[in-house]
Amino acid sequence: MTVLLEMQGISKTFPGVRALDNVTVQVREGEIHAICGENGAGKSTLMKVLSGVYPHGSYEGTILFAGQEARFRGIHDSEAAGIVIIHQELALVPLLSIAENIFLGNERAKGGVIDWRETYRRTEALLAKVGLTEAPTKPVGDLGVGKQQLVEIAKALSKNVRLLILDEPTAALQENDSQKLLNLLLELKAQGVTSIIISHKLNEVRRVADRVTVIRDGSTVSTLDAHAGQVSEERIIRDMVGRDLAHRYPERVRNPREVLMEVSGWSAKHPEHMDRDFIRNIGFNVRKGEIVGIAGLMGSGRTEFAMSLFGRSWGKDIRGRVRLGGQEADVSTVPKAIEAGLAYVTEDRKALGLILEEPIVTNISLANLAGVSKGGVLNDATEQKVATRYKAAMNIRTPNVFQKVMNLSGGNQQKVLLSKLLFTEPQVLILDEPTRGIDVGAKFEIYGIMNKLADEGRGVVMISSEMPELLGMCDRIYVMAEGAFVGELTAAEASQEKIMSLIVREHEVLEHSEMEAAHG
Amino acid sequence: MADVDNARLGPGERGVGGLREGEGLSANGRSGAAYLKDNLREYGMLLALLAIVTFFVVLVRVQIGVDFLNPQNITNLFLQNSYVIIMALGMLLVIVAGHIDLSVGSVAAFTGAVSAVLTVNMDWPIYAVIPASLVVGGLIGAAQGYWIAYWRIPSFIVTLAGMLVFRGLTLWLLGGQNIGPFPPAFQALSTGFVPDIFGPDRPNYLALVVAVVAALAILILGIRSRARNIAHGMDAEPSGIFWIRNIIMAAALVFVGWKLAGFRGIPNVAVSMAVLTILYAFLAESTTLGRRIYAIGGNLKAARLSGINADRLTFFTFVNMGVLAGLAGMIVTARLNSATPKAGTGFELDVIAAVFIGGASSTGGSGRIVGAIIGAFIMGVMNNGMSILGIGIDYQQVIKGLVLLAAVIFDVYNKNK
Repeated sequence: MTVLLEMQGISKTFPGVRALDNVTVQVREGEIHAICGENGAGKSTLMKVLSGVYPHGSYEGTILFAGQEARFRGIHDSEAAGIVIIHQELALVPLLSIAENIFLGNERAKGGVIDWRETYRRTEALLAKVGLTEAPTKPVGDLGVGKQQLVEIAKALSKNVRLLILDEPTAALQENDSQKLLNLLLELKAQGVTSIIISHKLNEVRRVADRVTVIRDGSTVSTLDAHAGQVSEERIIRDMVGRDLAHRYPERVRNPREVLMEVSGWSAKHPEHMDRDFIRNIGFNVRKGEIVGIAGLMGSGRTEFAMSLFGRSWGKDIRGRVRLGGQEADVSTVPKAIEAGLAYVTEDRKALGLILEEPIVTNISLANLAGVSKGGVLNDATEQKVATRYKAAMNIRTPNVFQKVMNLSGGNQQKVLLSKLLFTEPQVLILDEPTRGIDVGAKFEIYGIMNKLADEGRGVVMISSEMPELLGMCDRIYVMAEGAFVGELTAAEASQEKIMSLIVREHEVLEHSEMEAAHG
Repeated sequence: MADVDNARLGPGERGVGGLREGEGLSANGRSGAAYLKDNLREYGMLLALLAIVTFFVVLVRVQIGVDFLNPQNITNLFLQNSYVIIMALGMLLVIVAGHIDLSVGSVAAFTGAVSAVLTVNMDWPIYAVIPASLVVGGLIGAAQGYWIAYWRIPSFIVTLAGMLVFRGLTLWLLGGQNIGPFPPAFQALSTGFVPDIFGPDRPNYLALVVAVVAALAILILGIRSRARNIAHGMDAEPSGIFWIRNIIMAAALVFVGWKLAGFRGIPNVAVSMAVLTILYAFLAESTTLGRRIYAIGGNLKAARLSGINADRLTFFTFVNMGVLAGLAGMIVTARLNSATPKAGTGFELDVIAAVFIGGASSTGGSGRIVGAIIGAFIMGVMNNGMSILGIGIDYQQVIKGLVLLAAVIFDVYNKNK
């Protein structure tokens, strides 16, 4: 096989940090090449070097693309050469149509006048290629994330791509959309498209990748060949973290005690579809010292349910009862919910959780300013003491608590967010995707913190899309589908298959009843 | 978990103690120039003000042959800029909360007109007129804040409407006429001076004493907070820069006090300005109320999920802005000794410019009271200096516009660096 891309001895230094140190990556024509590494290992920097975001001359080493030395001065150069990156945060304009997005900046036009017939004709061809059956005129904002991802790929294909780079393509996708995307990658490979996939999801890497390059601390650690049987999740993890992860989930003595929180008859409507309940009659409980999971696909209403519970932060016409510690609890506003002992740790820490421009210390005290003030006047010394205490307890890795949160890694940001809510002294914590987008080592630490919280006698509710994580951590798992809880499994009886079959059954039931309604 | 951590830490970052030590070194051992470079924005404003003042001192001396910093002109600087500074305090909070208020010029004109009608036409005593006008300002702020906070209508639109409405109401209330003159008690709001408790003769010792006390207070508070920062492991200012900065500031204060002592002493507006500045700096930096305003500007959704009542706070910032606009309106009216339909035209631009020159972020969440004050003085000194030099209003506007743009460009450049 011929080599399409060779990055040799790439080093890149930022003031005070050596982000890349002699990295070598070789990608063969027509293969799917995975790049794995913890957050901060240097994957994104490497991709920025490749795409010309860091122009030639700002790094050491050489890039050979299709046999020629590439000296990209910007994204324009790399795209002209046929290298297209699809970033984690999709770069689509929601209000523009699929066709307009695909040819944005590359319009099919004559003398500045857009040729719509040509645009739609080519869009339809591209959509067929990625297996998306939507009208080219449909606004991208009306599509789900999975379909938007396909539009991005169609956009890349429209540019006669030779090397497609996908940065965490399935991070925001639910299970079946992820599978579709991976199948598409394999299909494109069959058509001769070479791709690089950057992913934390090692099962997906194992499924599609021909070869895997593992990067740790800015250096290449290993290149594994799937066809030589070298690719296994254990091996990748070992190379990524530089040690064996004997147990992916820390041990815990499971000791659930009396019921701490009980929710009954919880229903809510979607603010934009007020005709029916979006959250349907949910009842559940969590005990002291228990970790309870909520499984379900994206779009099943997990986050919406949790947020409606936490001070009616989501939804309209919310009904239902909450008992906390044996008493009726008022959780109708966020301050009241916090007062009652409930805490919700959002899945979207950047948009909904943290003030990125502010230091750690102000973020940690934000939800309990009363705890660091007297008569409305802040006590700086107390505030710093509190933050320093959590920095130590949570092992937030940073020189001091005055660092801006935006400069922290995903794992450390998650710990700051957790600290903020722990400082409200909650009895029950709802953790929404607590390990999304953080590296393996930090995940392990978050699991440890969750175990500790349960050991202290709190109730922990964990919402997650990663089923292995739920199975590894939870004492009980509720399965959610279409806004309702459709099943409850104990740790002993739970399995991925059982959870999926509960979800699928609910979908079938719903479809059936909708058909009945349509006929009746 | 402990061995996990150590395994993940590279050599040289093992253990917190090691880091602390390294940091202490960097704070004390690093050169002052490097520190200045890292905190360019903070010092830049102060240096810019200093440079602009020096520039005018030299130019006014060379061109006209008088002292730019003569006692009367220093007094004038306070009188001319008091309204901008007072409204900048409220505008900073509005901008930090992520909003804007375009109506303050019109609101100031309207409350000025109300105070004129009450005082001149209806013979209300001053102790009734002042609170009544402040309440009018507050009610106007509440009326605008209600739509912004509870109906989520963009503040730009609501206050643009307010700008037109209250300009119109000012014209209507005054019937297109000027109302005045005012009794001396009302004029004293702006043009009065604090009597010298040490005796009626010149020089005015009170001004000097107040300036010296204030300078000492700045030094002592500065030393205390620096010691506290070092104790908590914060990246403290190198001692050289700390002393230079504080001594310049203290010297400037004493200098101003000495100059004021040679004229008529401390203007009343300087007292209200100083008191309000201290009050708002405290509110912004040391109270939960202030912290929450910064939080809603920094990340509205995160603040809401942290149990912060963002709507009520937004409403408060606009009520507060209205009250301060009311106060500024009375001061302007008192200074002109008449309420005019044209009063306060373009004030909103000076005030907003002052806040942005002072380093507030246009997207909300950051900005300091001290910055806004320095920004207001930069605008004020330029206005005053250019007028003395006889520079036409045409060039003045161009220059002010460019300074505003330069300050914000400097900000953005600094952030991206």
